[in-house]
Amino acid sequence: MLGRILSLFMMASLTAALAAGADMGEGTKAEELNIPAIVMFFIFVAATLGITYWASKRTKSASDFYTAGGGITGTQNGTAIAGDYMSAASFLGITGMVYLKGYDGLIFSIGFLVGWPIILFMISEQLRNLGKYTFADVTAYRLKQKPVRILAALGSISVVVLYLIAQMVGAGKLIEILFGMDYEFAVVLVGILMILYVAFGGMLATTWVQIIKAVLLLAGTTFMSIMVMAEFGFSFDALFTQATEIHSKGVEIMSPGGLVSDPVSAISLGIALMFGTAGLPHILMRFFTVADAKEARKSVFVATGLIGYFYVLTFIMGFGAIVLVLGAENGIYLAADGVTLKGMNNMAAVWLAHAVGGDYFLGFISAVAFATILAVVSGLTLAGASAISHDLYANVFVKGKLDERKEMNVSKMATVAIGIAAIIFGIAFEKQNIAFVVALAFTIAASANFPVLFMSIFWKKLTTRGAVLGGYVGLISALVLVILGPVVWTQILGNAEAIVPYKFPAVFSVPMAFIAIWFFSITDKSEDAKRCQEEFDAQDIRCQTGIGSHGAVAH
Amino acid sequence: MTQEQVQQIKNNPKYQKLVSTRSRFAWTLTIVMLVVYYAFILFIAFSPETLGTKISPDGMATWGIPVGIAIIVFAFAMTGVYVRRANGEFDGLLNELKNDIEKEMN
Repeated sequence: MLGRILSLFMMASLTAALAAGADMGEGTKAEELNIPAIVMFFIFVAATLGITYWASKRTKSASDFYTAGGGITGTQNGTAIAGDYMSAASFLGITGMVYLKGYDGLIFSIGFLVGWPIILFMISEQLRNLGKYTFADVTAYRLKQKPVRILAALGSISVVVLYLIAQMVGAGKLIEILFGMDYEFAVVLVGILMILYVAFGGMLATTWVQIIKAVLLLAGTTFMSIMVMAEFGFSFDALFTQATEIHSKGVEIMSPGGLVSDPVSAISLGIALMFGTAGLPHILMRFFTVADAKEARKSVFVATGLIGYFYVLTFIMGFGAIVLVLGAENGIYLAADGVTLKGMNNMAAVWLAHAVGGDYFLGFISAVAFATILAVVSGLTLAGASAISHDLYANVFVKGKLDERKEMNVSKMATVAIGIAAIIFGIAFEKQNIAFVVALAFTIAASANFPVLFMSIFWKKLTTRGAVLGGYVGLISALVLVILGPVVWTQILGNAEAIVPYKFPAVFSVPMAFIAIWFFSITDKSEDAKRCQEEFDAQDIRCQTGIGSHGAVAH
Repeated sequence: MTQEQVQQIKNNPKYQKLVSTRSRFAWTLTIVMLVVYYAFILFIAFSPETLGTKISPDGMATWGIPVGIAIIVFAFAMTGVYVRRANGEFDGLLNELKNDIEKEMN
């Protein structure tokens, strides 16, 4: 009932605000109001709010809220993971990077993808067998709950907040350009929608928003890629030849270039992307939505296929954009300077949609881009809210002595709080250089979350002290090295020279975390250390077989 | 699970076989994936011109492109290989093991 009232209220306010946005758009730098895009976006919002209403009736217990009751199939979950992972940063960012730098864009795609097999071999079924709602269930399985949960919650919340800032700022700018709405209004709209999806529909609504978005995004990008290839008679050589003729960098776009100029940065980026994926709380949480290890594995298979396919398309689209957008007659997609794209260089995919499919297809892709942002921020918000309610509130403050209803209420309050925080951050960071925040999020995930999770699954001698100190070493070193690095220290703080010359510090912070975990574990002679080690065998049996795991009995 | 049950399962030959074959398989695939990926990264770091070599003198395509696409396809294929064996052979072994355990407990 509440859901319904809110949806109606939402629709009404959306219409009113859109009209207001159109008026305000006149005086600002925003483009004209894009009617097809707005109509298609409305259809998406109406459909997803309908799903949220449906999901809210089925979301009764904490397990429903956090994991959709474990009733998602492997194929559905794999598609949802793809929907969660193919963020606007990958869709617009990587296509934009291929458009700007050519081959270097592919390096990022590969880095974002190769984490998935590792997750499958080492993490996914183990998580499913050991955990319940959050990855901290696994890290705290045999260690002392309180300190390990606090560490995991800090790691999760840092990653979620950084990722959210990037998505919100990106969303605001994108919507400003595509829909002709005001930046602040766009950010508030995204924030309110994600609160509605998550607070009322929980994991079930979030999952379906992600599935729908994944299908729309894959359909749209497939169509665009086919249209691009058709322009060149389905000949890659024709595409590449024309692209090198038009691009100012010429043949350089065909080989690895300046993006990862020094070896340390290249290797470090590789580590951050590969292991960062295995430490993203919103991704890890998705493995608890399926019934058993078998479905968890199937999820990764489906997700890897869809994500890999999508990255191949971004490469085609990026090159297509060089010829069809940069090389378009009269420079219709270029800003006044005749070099950069209208809006920003990340808009390559969007203008390509116009070049191959006209106004209506541009509208469709704009709506898909908006849907993409909504799906990703919803997953992030749910993961952040779970860290607060399940890890901090339920297991630290009241130490497991609470009823489910209360935990769910805390979760919903946390959802609202995160939504409001995301709106505030989104507005505060509008004019900031936020390029580093996603890299920072991956670095923290790889340095703080992944080492502790990995060692807690595989290493018998891990102790509470080792996990906690090692986790903080990873978290703090990642933060400090990024702050002292070239992006924050010189570009943002305006200092002349960076103290740490590397953009991506994962090559240092990840080993530091592992070494600290190892050292503080083997030197730990406490009673608790002995207990942690003794309990490993029982944990390992459950990890290997799934005997005793949550939800595995519900056939 | 009591200490006794833990020992009982640990001593079950089916459990030992499941754990050792699956771990060996998972670690082998992990190492293969790491080697393939970091070989690629090291080429980018130390010898970017290798990947920038043209495939044929008349065309524009460089070796880096099929290699990059091949790594994506390979990563997906690896997940397929693992899922096939894990959901077939390993889960079969696991079910036998679970039957054993049930019998022992009754």
